[in-house]
Amino acid sequence: MTAAKEKSALLVKDHDVVVPGEVLAQGMEYLPSQGTYRKDENIYANQTGLLIVEGKVLKTIPLASAYLPKKYDVIIGRVQDILMTGWRIDTNSPYSAVLPLKDATFDYIKKGADLTAFFNIDEYVVCKIFQVTSQNLVDVSMKGPGLRKLQGGRIIKVNAAKVPRLIGKRGSMVMMIKSATGIQLIVGQNGIVWLNGDPEQEVLAIEAIRKIEEEAHVPGLTERMKKWLEKKTGKKIEIQEMPEEESYDHRPPRRDGPRRDGPRRDGPRRDSYRGPRRDGPSGPRRDGPRRGPPRR
Amino acid sequence: MAYKKRHDGRKPAETRKIIAKAGVIPKADGSGYFKIGDTEAYAAVYGPHEFHPRNKHDPKRGTLRCTYNMMPFSGQGNRVRPGPSRRSKEISLVMENALRPVTDLSDCPNAVVDVFIELPQTDAGSRCAAISAASIAMADAGIKMRDMVAAVAVGMVDGLPVVDLDYEEEAWKTGDVADIPVAMIPSTGEITLLQMDGHASTAELKKALEQAKPAFQQIAEAQRAAIKARYAEAAKKVKE
Amino acid sequence: MNNALKEHINQALQKGVRLDGRKLDEWRPMTIETGTISTAEGSAHIKCGEMDVVVGVKIDVGKPYPDRPDSGTLMVSAELRPMSNPRYELGPPSIESIEASRVIDRGIRESEAIDEKSLCIKKGEQVWMVNVDVCPLNHDGNLIDLGGLAGIIALKEARLPKLVDGQADFHVHTKTGLKLSCLPIPVTVVKIGDNFLIDPTFDEMSVADARLTVTSVEDGKLCSMQKGGEQPLSIDDIDKMVTLAVKTAKGLRKYIK
Repeated sequence: MTAAKEKSALLVKDHDVVVPGEVLAQGMEYLPSQGTYRKDENIYANQTGLLIVEGKVLKTIPLASAYLPKKYDVIIGRVQDILMTGWRIDTNSPYSAVLPLKDATFDYIKKGADLTAFFNIDEYVVCKIFQVTSQNLVDVSMKGPGLRKLQGGRIIKVNAAKVPRLIGKRGSMVMMIKSATGIQLIVGQNGIVWLNGDPEQEVLAIEAIRKIEEEAHVPGLTERMKKWLEKKTGKKIEIQEMPEEESYDHRPPRRDGPRRDGPRRDGPRRDSYRGPRRDGPSGPRRDGPRRGPPRR
Repeated sequence: MAYKKRHDGRKPAETRKIIAKAGVIPKADGSGYFKIGDTEAYAAVYGPHEFHPRNKHDPKRGTLRCTYNMMPFSGQGNRVRPGPSRRSKEISLVMENALRPVTDLSDCPNAVVDVFIELPQTDAGSRCAAISAASIAMADAGIKMRDMVAAVAVGMVDGLPVVDLDYEEEAWKTGDVADIPVAMIPSTGEITLLQMDGHASTAELKKALEQAKPAFQQIAEAQRAAIKARYAEAAKKVKE
Repeated sequence: MNNALKEHINQALQKGVRLDGRKLDEWRPMTIETGTISTAEGSAHIKCGEMDVVVGVKIDVGKPYPDRPDSGTLMVSAELRPMSNPRYELGPPSIESIEASRVIDRGIRESEAIDEKSLCIKKGEQVWMVNVDVCPLNHDGNLIDLGGLAGIIALKEARLPKLVDGQADFHVHTKTGLKLSCLPIPVTVVKIGDNFLIDPTFDEMSVADARLTVTSVEDGKLCSMQKGGEQPLSIDDIDKMVTLAVKTAKGLRKYIK
């Protein structure tokens, strides 16, 4: 069981599926990163995922995971309840979000107005997460390009770990399904997918989405889906990126780097939810300065 | 020592036939199946999701909650009355304790991960099969865990140390029996579940545990293969 | 009930398409395995689309009810375990599971498929108690029909345990089965808007205006019915639904060997 101290060895290949407890490498030469850990001389996986070897760094891309709210994610939420000063939104995660009145609409809402007129229970909205605390209290906003209430259509769920593949590189996969089937399609980062269109085309789009989920870890997905959709529809399909103005709802997840959907809001970027708390443990929930335009 | 040869022809350290699968329950966030001999367990993971009631929230990390249930027709004797019993509640608790040491739920404070286990048929060793199935389901759901827990019963049957007792051995009439369900973290050899019913000396306990080591590795292999098979299948289909 | 989903389903049904692409009178692909549970006296494992149900028959020895000293008992129970669907929670049996149990139970009981008198071992002292338990592993709608079909198949397969000194020895089964005089099959027809469909999925079930479960036997005779859902049905509706149910039940008989 003891590995040779002077020699390091990689026991798996790049892009292998690895499972918790599996030994990935022996020796001190390799470094553990996301989804892996070191114990003594060995590096192990601690989540089911696709192994990525970057030089000497070993990390995994999860193959399945529950959605956890992340700042700047554009999600599809369900109106769960109506509060005194806003709405409670189900985010398809363990943590519901609050949509405060003043972040819900540019319209003026009179005091005591009937909030169901704006968003009613069980309606779905495309919204953006603008704050997540260390304890995963979440605030969402409806102010931004493309953020809106969804009318009609139907909802399906996909595993949150598969969302980046379903969106594709710069939205190419979504664009492909849309142009092949002619339906409306929005993919929320939280794994909620909204579709609306001809019923038979919807069935085809869902079949395509299920196929992507199942084959997400097998290389050559985009080409394969292109061929599959072409065969099913008899149409010629171009692989294209999503136009900038539509990309709000298909932004690939990235924690760092420049954001593509418009300029950054005022002030320095806030910590992500894993970062240190900004307010004290017993501090009130929303005491930070508001970053939206001032209202009266 | 009266029991020299096992009644079904197995070697002392040999388990019954094992079948392990992942992704058997589409509605769940992750699922597993573990069959050892005629003991069969399904496990489904839902979550992490919102935890009710609020007073059970743990603000530091997510809670792991197991629910063990035997289907009414799964017992060796009369029909098992549906609904929780003292036995099923205790097993649910020891399962949680067996699985928690490998599980990292620090990402989801106040939330709960539910693991539901259903047994359609049992022939002894049901809590061990349940733990082995639950581990597969949790790994399949993408829960962060440093290893998958493997579990099997070891024991003494009329002086013979054996691995994976079946019902007939557990109920052996002509000599002393010790039934010792054990769960182990395969990568470290740490034990997370240990119970015992029956009679055994300290030396016998040690011998029985020592003898079972290969069985734990075998179960761990089956669990890992189950998850990998799920993804390999899709890759194979693509190639065709 | 989700109104937006209902409207969407309705629009698709106008074009004759269901959410999963099926036609209105189309059953999902189905497989049935029997004898899968060694601890049960009879069993059937049925998979229909994503629906996955295990049914086991357990035959115990017990004391008869005082008012019917020469009759054995038959009981069907369905449990909606939280494993099978995220909508189900831990707790005592839900009203939905009790209704499903009762509807399947009445279908078998009222068809008189099993003569309870034949289950008597010793009058006033010992009788066979037949329990049919319906346990979904993955619940995607139409529990009554699939539980009922698997139930009757499991009953047909069941063998009595051996009697040793008035006790059942569950490790030895006799060759004696339960005598079934007929094979009742429940079929549920749901009404959504002006459309009637069979083998509803979980989503379709959740938006149905009304449903009618009709249990029929080989010659097309009806033996039990149950209307569910909030909306009323016209006599014309009922006529259409019963006809569709009986026709569908005939088609399902090929699964009973």
